[in-house]
Amino acid sequence: MSHVSSHHHDVVIIGGGGAGLRAAIAIAEENPDFSVACVSKVYPMRSHTVTAEGGAAAVIKDNDSLEDHIYDTVSGADWLADQDAVEYFVNRAPEEMIQLEHWGCPWSRRPDGTVQVRPFGGMKIERTWFAADKTGFHMLHSLFQTTLKYGNIVRYDEHFATKLLLDDEGRCRGCAAIELRTGTVRAVLGKSVIICTGGAGKAFPFTTNGAIKTGDGMAMAYRAGVALKDMEFIQYHPTGLPGTGILITEASRGEGGILVNRDGRRYLQDYDLGQPLEVDDPRHPQTRTMELGPRDKLSQCFIKEMWAGRTIKTKDGDAVHLDLRHLGEKKIDKRIPFVRELARSYAGIDPVYQPIPVRPVVHYVMGGIDVDSDSATNIPGLYAAGECACVSINGANRLGSNSLTELLVFGGQAGTHAARFAMDHPDYDVSGLVAQADDERDRIRRTYFSSPAKSGGERIAVLRKELHDSMEEGAGIYRNADSLEATCNKIAELWERYANIALDDHTNSFNTELTAALELSSLLDVAQSMAHSAMERTESRGSHQRLDHPERNDDDFLAHSLAFHREDGSAPRIEYSPVTITKWPPGARTYGADSGLKRE
Amino acid sequence: MAETKTITLELFRYHPETDSEPRFQSYEVPYDEDWVVLDAINWIKDYVDGSVTHRWSCRMGVCGSCGMMVNGEPKLTCAAFLKNYYPFPIKVEPLVNFPVERDLVVDMEGFMDKLQDVKPYIIRDDVNDTSEGEYLQTPAELAQYKQYSMCINCMLCYSACPVVGHEDDFLGPAALALGHRYNKDSRDQGQSERLEVMLRSEAMWGCTFVGECTVVCPKHVDPAGAIQQAKAMGAQEYFKRFVMPKGAGATKGAGA
Repeated sequence: MSHVSSHHHDVVIIGGGGAGLRAAIAIAEENPDFSVACVSKVYPMRSHTVTAEGGAAAVIKDNDSLEDHIYDTVSGADWLADQDAVEYFVNRAPEEMIQLEHWGCPWSRRPDGTVQVRPFGGMKIERTWFAADKTGFHMLHSLFQTTLKYGNIVRYDEHFATKLLLDDEGRCRGCAAIELRTGTVRAVLGKSVIICTGGAGKAFPFTTNGAIKTGDGMAMAYRAGVALKDMEFIQYHPTGLPGTGILITEASRGEGGILVNRDGRRYLQDYDLGQPLEVDDPRHPQTRTMELGPRDKLSQCFIKEMWAGRTIKTKDGDAVHLDLRHLGEKKIDKRIPFVRELARSYAGIDPVYQPIPVRPVVHYVMGGIDVDSDSATNIPGLYAAGECACVSINGANRLGSNSLTELLVFGGQAGTHAARFAMDHPDYDVSGLVAQADDERDRIRRTYFSSPAKSGGERIAVLRKELHDSMEEGAGIYRNADSLEATCNKIAELWERYANIALDDHTNSFNTELTAALELSSLLDVAQSMAHSAMERTESRGSHQRLDHPERNDDDFLAHSLAFHREDGSAPRIEYSPVTITKWPPGARTYGADSGLKRE
Repeated sequence: MAETKTITLELFRYHPETDSEPRFQSYEVPYDEDWVVLDAINWIKDYVDGSVTHRWSCRMGVCGSCGMMVNGEPKLTCAAFLKNYYPFPIKVEPLVNFPVERDLVVDMEGFMDKLQDVKPYIIRDDVNDTSEGEYLQTPAELAQYKQYSMCINCMLCYSACPVVGHEDDFLGPAALALGHRYNKDSRDQGQSERLEVMLRSEAMWGCTFVGECTVVCPKHVDPAGAIQQAKAMGAQEYFKRFVMPKGAGATKGAGA
């Protein structure tokens, strides 16, 4: 067969969500003569950043301080965050947010025209910027529309990247990608590469994540030899709609919403999250207290209430009530209109008049591609940013509203560093890279199109459902050695069966059954790293709760797990690397009145 | 045991490699009153026919991927509930007024070009440094354009629009509303160059405020209203530029 076509740029970005677009603008602005490729499996404005609701954190108000944002983030992370990275993140956050304001993001405003902020879970001071409750939507569209200004950003929309291409010296120089419209494999080449492909919530059955969040970039880096770091830390958001998993934003609690159990009790007071104030008390809601506790703890409280028989039975499983009625129609429509729209459309509930049934739902992967505080991986020329990456600023539990800011801060930083690498290492051998992309094209045809169509082999949806059920069962909010072992074994079995996958569709044009098969292989790799990392971490920390090891163990596990890929199907090798502690030694993680102020 | 209820979906099928003409194919789908049309299409793809081709992602009405014609009306299929059609069959087709790539997937390159044409970004002569803080914008100034910033690019309005269908160079409701969004933003100074693009096409003047775009918009953007306002701004611009040359260069006054 002939060679795949090659396309030449200075920097290649894989992923067109918030981090990828921010990186693209950083490169395009700082290097007008650079050509930046943005390779995305969807049109950029479809990227999952679009669904983020509540807001983005950055210190901007006089009553706030950088130190407070750092402390909230570090303690929220159960001390597993790297404090040098958190300091950089918090220090850069305000400028990045103002930059996005200058690019047109329609932030909600105070009467004097300055940006408005709201309180958020685990944050001692209100510092969450918001655009009503469609913050991610507005950020993504503002970024995407701003990229249209730059002639040197070249988009490869609806191109599904499948493999990283490395030169003879081991530097990353591009990717092989399938153009969906035609099925053609292309080599998109550059002097450096940034992965910004988002998370992998679709490894679980019940998730806020869109269909596209299948961990493709994580799997690509993993197979190329980069570790996946801290993959055992999966965030359950405490308030999703039962059945669909649609997110009801934390902003609904930031605006004063409360959580009650079957008996109408604000049950969080029974779990060391402080004491409730009356909803008409002007001090309600109190930061770092009750409903504004961190997500990991709130989701764990739900499970304990369920075990105690105090949850509400719905046809879609157990739930508690998120009650917003006391906020009144006017405030709901002004501050959280999308919550009302979603609850009415998808739950048949008008939150102005009725409480919303909610339950924890997989929302975010704290772990990801192992990068240092410069967003660089161990492969020269390969960078990663956003949810797919693990710097780590999120540690064992991410605070709500830090992830949107993370896209900007680390997307921009990755762009700058990748551009610098491209300048310093301009020359590479094209033919070797094209040969790798040729091999990748042939591998895809051999793997997915060689057995006859409809040959009675394994079906993607069946394998995916078994993966989902096993992850929920064995690697959910509470885990133990037995449950994790069952999941690890199940994933190994699914890998064996994956070899017998049979597609109905062997054609080239827009073959979404092929992309679903590729996505399933990403999910299997990522899920395997999650389950094995969880198995090895015999302690409980943040979102990783082991029933058989209920205490945090700093002596042995104040460390990042690193999962290294072996061949498909075999268990990863797990190693550990130290956590960077600068000024905030590990302490007790307390919430409730006055928490977060005692730092000495 | 009660018999499982089902509903029939008639899907538009067209494969560019094998079909000279589109056809319809019927599928029996289990009926669940919580399901939307998108769930039913996904069920078909997962368990019956993996070659059925469509776009989707968020399933919560904000990514804009899953717009299709449902019984002849442009809809987000993630927001079109089976219960609103049951027990009758549901016919699903790709969005009209776009070329079809395959099955329910349309070619959106033309739409993407139109979005870019209206210069949908802040244009300023004097760009502040970020160290000077945010541009001030009062809630009233925000309200001037907020509604027009809510477009999710789902393209339903292009399928509803009677002008888009026969005027290729018409920028269309979503792109014009987006241009208007920036024209009405108090931080922007690019109205003049943007209007030049927005008004270049005769077709825009052909938009007769039928308002079908506004009716089908799932996010209440009101493109029809935006287009009427843009026409008025265009007329003012014309007046300033050619009738009163000394007042040239439209700048935005407070509360423009």
